[in-house]
Amino acid sequence: MSTWEPVIGIEVHVELGTASKMFCGCPVVFGDQPNTAVCPTCLGLPGALPVTNGTAIEWLARIGLALHCRIAPFSVFHRKNYFYADVPKNYQISQFDLPVCVDGWLDVTADGEEIRVGIERAHMEEDTGKSLHQGSGGRIHAATSTLLDFNRSGVPLVEIVSRPDLRSAAQARAYAQDLRALVAELGVSDARMEEGSIRFDANVSVRPVSTKELGTKVEIKNMNSFRSLERAIGSEIDRQIGVLEDGGAVIQETRHWDEEVGATKGMRTKEGSSDYRYFTEPDLVPLEMPASTVERIRTDLPELPADRRHRFGQLGLDSHLVNVLSGSDPDLRRVFDEAVALGADPVISANWITGEVTAVFRRAEASKAEVRIRGSDLAELVMMVKQGTLSSSAAKEALSGVMAGEGSPREVAEARDLVQVSDEGLIGAAIDQVLAANAEAIERLRGGEEKVLGFLVGQVMRATGGKADPKLVNALLRQRIT
Amino acid sequence: MSLADLTIAEAGKQLRSGQATSVDLLEAVIERASFTEAQLHCYLTIDHEGARKAAESADRELAAGTDRGPLHGIPLALKDNFCTRGMTTTCSSQILAGYVPPYDATVVSRLRSGGAVIVGKTNLDEFAMGSSTENSAFGPTRNPWDPERVPGGSSGGSAAAVAVGSALGGFGSDTGGSIRQPASLCGVVGFKPTYGLVSRYGLVAFASSLDQIGPLARNVGDALTLFEAVAGHDPLDSTSYPGPVPEMRSDLEAGPKGIRVGVVTELSGEGYEPAVSTAMAEMLNRLAADGAELVEVSLPTFELALSCYYLIAPAEASANLARFDGVRYGLRVDGETVEEMMARTRAEGFGPEVIRRILLGTYSLSAGYYDAFYGQANRLRTKLIREIAEVHERVDVLVSPTSPTVAFELGAKTQDPLAMYLSDVCTIPADLAGTPAISVPVGLDHQGLPIGLQVMAPALGEAVMFRMARAVEERAGFTARPAMAGLPT
Ligand SMILES: [Zn+2]
Repeated sequence: MSTWEPVIGIEVHVELGTASKMFCGCPVVFGDQPNTAVCPTCLGLPGALPVTNGTAIEWLARIGLALHCRIAPFSVFHRKNYFYADVPKNYQISQFDLPVCVDGWLDVTADGEEIRVGIERAHMEEDTGKSLHQGSGGRIHAATSTLLDFNRSGVPLVEIVSRPDLRSAAQARAYAQDLRALVAELGVSDARMEEGSIRFDANVSVRPVSTKELGTKVEIKNMNSFRSLERAIGSEIDRQIGVLEDGGAVIQETRHWDEEVGATKGMRTKEGSSDYRYFTEPDLVPLEMPASTVERIRTDLPELPADRRHRFGQLGLDSHLVNVLSGSDPDLRRVFDEAVALGADPVISANWITGEVTAVFRRAEASKAEVRIRGSDLAELVMMVKQGTLSSSAAKEALSGVMAGEGSPREVAEARDLVQVSDEGLIGAAIDQVLAANAEAIERLRGGEEKVLGFLVGQVMRATGGKADPKLVNALLRQRIT
Repeated sequence: MSLADLTIAEAGKQLRSGQATSVDLLEAVIERASFTEAQLHCYLTIDHEGARKAAESADRELAAGTDRGPLHGIPLALKDNFCTRGMTTTCSSQILAGYVPPYDATVVSRLRSGGAVIVGKTNLDEFAMGSSTENSAFGPTRNPWDPERVPGGSSGGSAAAVAVGSALGGFGSDTGGSIRQPASLCGVVGFKPTYGLVSRYGLVAFASSLDQIGPLARNVGDALTLFEAVAGHDPLDSTSYPGPVPEMRSDLEAGPKGIRVGVVTELSGEGYEPAVSTAMAEMLNRLAADGAELVEVSLPTFELALSCYYLIAPAEASANLARFDGVRYGLRVDGETVEEMMARTRAEGFGPEVIRRILLGTYSLSAGYYDAFYGQANRLRTKLIREIAEVHERVDVLVSPTSPTVAFELGAKTQDPLAMYLSDVCTIPADLAGTPAISVPVGLDHQGLPIGLQVMAPALGEAVMFRMARAVEERAGFTARPAMAGLPT
């Protein structure tokens, strides 16, 4: 029995969150009353013409640059012809052989291994309307009628096509998640899978290990979460291996992932449906992107997730902490960066951010309460613990006070009387008192009865009202007794 | 003489001197139409109510001292492939029967804001595909010079209306000659501007890279006036020319002296009616006598222009007409599935010529054929553009007949698409090249049918083109009107 290697490529569609649609002035909206954000152009009325949304093109270049693509100085739109009820012109304005972005890559970590996924292209197109099949649980075959909503028609849609560089379902999931995070980071889309503003299709084939020739690929659609993407690809890999090991052949087709059944299902393939008769869109002039514009967009790029992970690693965070911190809320990550810049220990700061701060933040977010913490607060908190001014439990209490808006950690600690006594003179005086009253205990300790130390520490803590730094008390006691 | 027979310039003078009102002008053209429509069928829709309101408003404004310019109060005819808000726009197709657009084409809104009175919408070959206005789902238009003959096409309705006086001027669209060829056959002036000078927004597309809106008028001056009212950049049309419209009036009367006139060898000889060739030769002699410099020029690619056109235009049309599917507007013929509904709607809604061109275009774009057909046609188009640019280093304008023949009889070519396509052999090159061209009537043949001369110029060369057209017009002294224009007597 031979072993098989899966080969996976991912196609991603991202709806851009520009103010207006790709080729008309209608607003980009989600969830509005059907057919309220429409005009002659996005309804495909006779005589209407498209006008390119320049912001959308710049945002596409932003995505392309973040994916290390080359930005074509000259690119053109094509018409992709196919009849479908929610495609109002029965062609989609898309790009064919001259896309805006080509030849990039994205580094992805999956199963502890870093892989570089090639990006073949990223191009601009327009979204279709939505078909709402009535009386059939949303299924077209049993529908009694279909309603059409064109609010989504003409929304700018970026298609990002990876090279077939992924070798497992887990890698595919990691790529999809990282790409989503990247797009969200760029601020060009909500990138919400559940709203369909980011959609993933996978091309899957398998081949015998250590062969070069690609197997027949199958396109998988209808994966609505990262989990279903991973499951669908895994299931499809198993299916294809099963077919091949039974001596069969994989058929090139499009298959739908059925979440409930947990398997992909073949769709009825239409003959000749793959000939889209692409030709240059005569209603639009070619797109030109001067080098100066590309440079401006490049300069405006935020720190990218992969670069940030690398930076976190260099600060001494282990890979687990890097992952958790990278996945944290951007506002909290900013607090972390500010605290570290102010000299706070990165590992301790990261533990605070990913632990207690996130916990408070989530509780507060759930109750819609305002959360107030600045980088300087975190730096101060870390410093106070390090200096022994706050015990770790007192620090947690101080933090909750800070995040409730009661002031800086020091102000909260003072107001709530949380400050540890670390003054050697004060503690020394208390020790002297305790030792004077417990001569017998000292003798027992000197005789080797170690547990007595705990009793003495307790006495000193009591004498200081519980505010002395226990470590310091311990150390000073030993000093005096030995 | 009826007010319906005035030029736009004359009518404008009468409006401003108080000799006539816009309502008078409108009533005159509607009266003319009431005598001629039954026979000619220029109009698909006459907007009695809307036109009347617009005319009354124009009169009120003029009385109050508001003058919107040379088209203020002038009754005009628009081809029925211009979207007109609240007025049916059918493209002479069953698939759009009764369709009322919710918006005005840019040209229409510019005309309205210029004070023009839109009399109605004129007949055309379905979706502007044809050269005789016989391919109309609502019946043909006939030629006012001889109702047994076609007016040309596809803007036959506008051309015939302007010729007979059921409008003072009109607009059409030109994809392969659809303004100039009917102008020639109807004895009026027809002008196709440089591609991009007039917005296509709201013109129901036939072939987007070729379509261009232009005027039909009784003389060159009126054509220029109509053009000026609608020309200029439109942000709603990405292919609209962003620069200023060329200045065309200052040299209009400068005459032919010193103009280098290229006479195109390829647009002569076999297939050209003797009367057409003679009329052109006589005009060239007169121009030369008055100082024009005649140069024989050869543009070999012109021989291939027709084939090139019949690959590019249907390819674009196959996509442009895909939206007519019964889903959102227009005709719907029910079916068991959505696909079946679309197929039935299109089979019933489109006429045979439209279906022929959609099939042709779909085929030439198909995988495996693209390069041999559509790709090759585009390479040829590039070659043609270069050839024209090169010849214009030697000559200022090119001249040819507008059509190889005068108006032919109804039905003469309906069974022979290729013969029909040949009607546009002279006009197609300017569409492919995106250059301006105008047809000016130069005389009548022995049967009393008009003959047109075409003047072509380089892109944005409208000034020299109009100057030459005016020189031709002056020397032709063409004042004849179809007998029907005299009705009622
Ligand atoms: Zn819109």
